[in-house]
Amino acid sequence: MIEVNTVVRVGIADMNIVSKGSSIRTSGLGSCIGVVLYDELIKLAGMVHVMLPHSSLGKEPSMKLAKYADTGIDELIRQLGERGAKVERLKCKMAGGAQMFQFKSKSDVMRIGPRNAEAVKEALLKHRVPIVAEDLGGNKGRTIEFFTSTGILHVRTVNEGTREL
Amino acid sequence: MGYEKKISSMHLDILKEIGNIGAGHAATALSTLLDKKIDMKVPSVQVVTFDEMMDMAGGPDNIVVSVFLRIEGDAPGSMFFLLPLEQASTYIRTMIQDRSFSFSEPPYSELGLSAMQELGNILSGSYLSSLSDFTSLKLLPSVPALSVDMAGAIIGFGLLEISQVSDYAIVIDTALKEEEFEESESVKGHFFLLPDPDSFEIIFQSLGVKL
Repeated sequence: MIEVNTVVRVGIADMNIVSKGSSIRTSGLGSCIGVVLYDELIKLAGMVHVMLPHSSLGKEPSMKLAKYADTGIDELIRQLGERGAKVERLKCKMAGGAQMFQFKSKSDVMRIGPRNAEAVKEALLKHRVPIVAEDLGGNKGRTIEFFTSTGILHVRTVNEGTREL
Repeated sequence: MGYEKKISSMHLDILKEIGNIGAGHAATALSTLLDKKIDMKVPSVQVVTFDEMMDMAGGPDNIVVSVFLRIEGDAPGSMFFLLPLEQASTYIRTMIQDRSFSFSEPPYSELGLSAMQELGNILSGSYLSSLSDFTSLKLLPSVPALSVDMAGAIIGFGLLEISQVSDYAIVIDTALKEEEFEESESVKGHFFLLPDPDSFEIIFQSLGVKL
C-alpha cells in the first residue's frame, strides 16, 4: 500500500493505521483520549479515539471495539501486528482525557476523562507498551496529529496553540 | 439492538413538535432580550452517528460558544445551545452595551462571560419549561456550563450516556437565524436536545404514545 503525505482522519470511537510519510489526525478530543501506537522502525502508526473506559460499561453489545479503551487498544495492537509491527517495538503517545464540565450528578460519567486515562494505561501495561509522552486532563478540547516521519505528536488547543510531544 | 430502532416516523414527528415548542419559546425570549427579530427554522429530528452529530455543529474542530446543561428529573438528558464566535460576540455586545467585547481572543471580560451564561440560562430555561408544560414531566436543569472550545470536545461529553447503549444519537435540532439577513446569512445558532436513551419512552408515554 502506498500512502504518501496524506492525512488520515480518525472519527470518534474509531481507529485507523497509517504508514511511512503520512500523518494521522483526530479532532475535538474532550474527555475522549486519542491514543497513538507506533513502530518507529517500520514507520507504522495507529490511532484510536477512545470514548469510554471499559467494554463492560456497554449496556448493549456494540461492534465498535474502538469505543472502549480495553477493546480498542487490544484491537489496534492486533491490526498493527497484521501490518508488520512488533508489539515489543511499539511506543505510545496520547492526549485528551479532559474534564470538560463540572456537574454534581448521580451519574459517574462526570469523571469519565480521568477514568479513560486510567483504563488506557492499564491496557497498555497489559501489552507492556511504554508511554513516552502524554498530555492529559484539564478542561480543554484538543486536536491531535501524529507524523510518522518524525514521530512527533502535535497537540492543538484553543487557548494555548500547538504543542509538540 | 439499539434504542433508535424502535423509533417510527410518528415518533420523529412528535419529537419535532417538542423541538418546535421548546425552541419557539427560547427564540421569543432571545428576541425580547435583544430587542431583535429572531427567526427559527423548522426543527429537524435526526438519527445520526456521533461523527455526523459533530458535523451538524460545524465539525469537531469548529470553535463555538456553548452553553451546556444536564437535565435531571423525570426524563434525563443533555441540552446544548451553540453559537458561532462572531454571533455570540454580537449578542453579548448588545446585552452589555460594550462594543469592544469579543469571543475571538481570550481572556474574555467577566461581565461578558456572565452575560453569556445568563443568556444561556434564560434560553434553555424557557425551552425546558415549555417542554415541561407540554409533557407534564418534571425536568430539572443543572446550572448551565459555559465554554468556548471545539465542538467535538463539548458535544462528546453530551454523548457519553448514549454511547453506553448505542452508536447512534437521536438529536432534536432547531436552528436560529436573524430575520433581517435571511437571504445570505447562514445559520446563527443551534439548540440540541439529546434525551438519554431511557427518556424517550417516558417522553412518549407522557403524551399518550407507546414506543
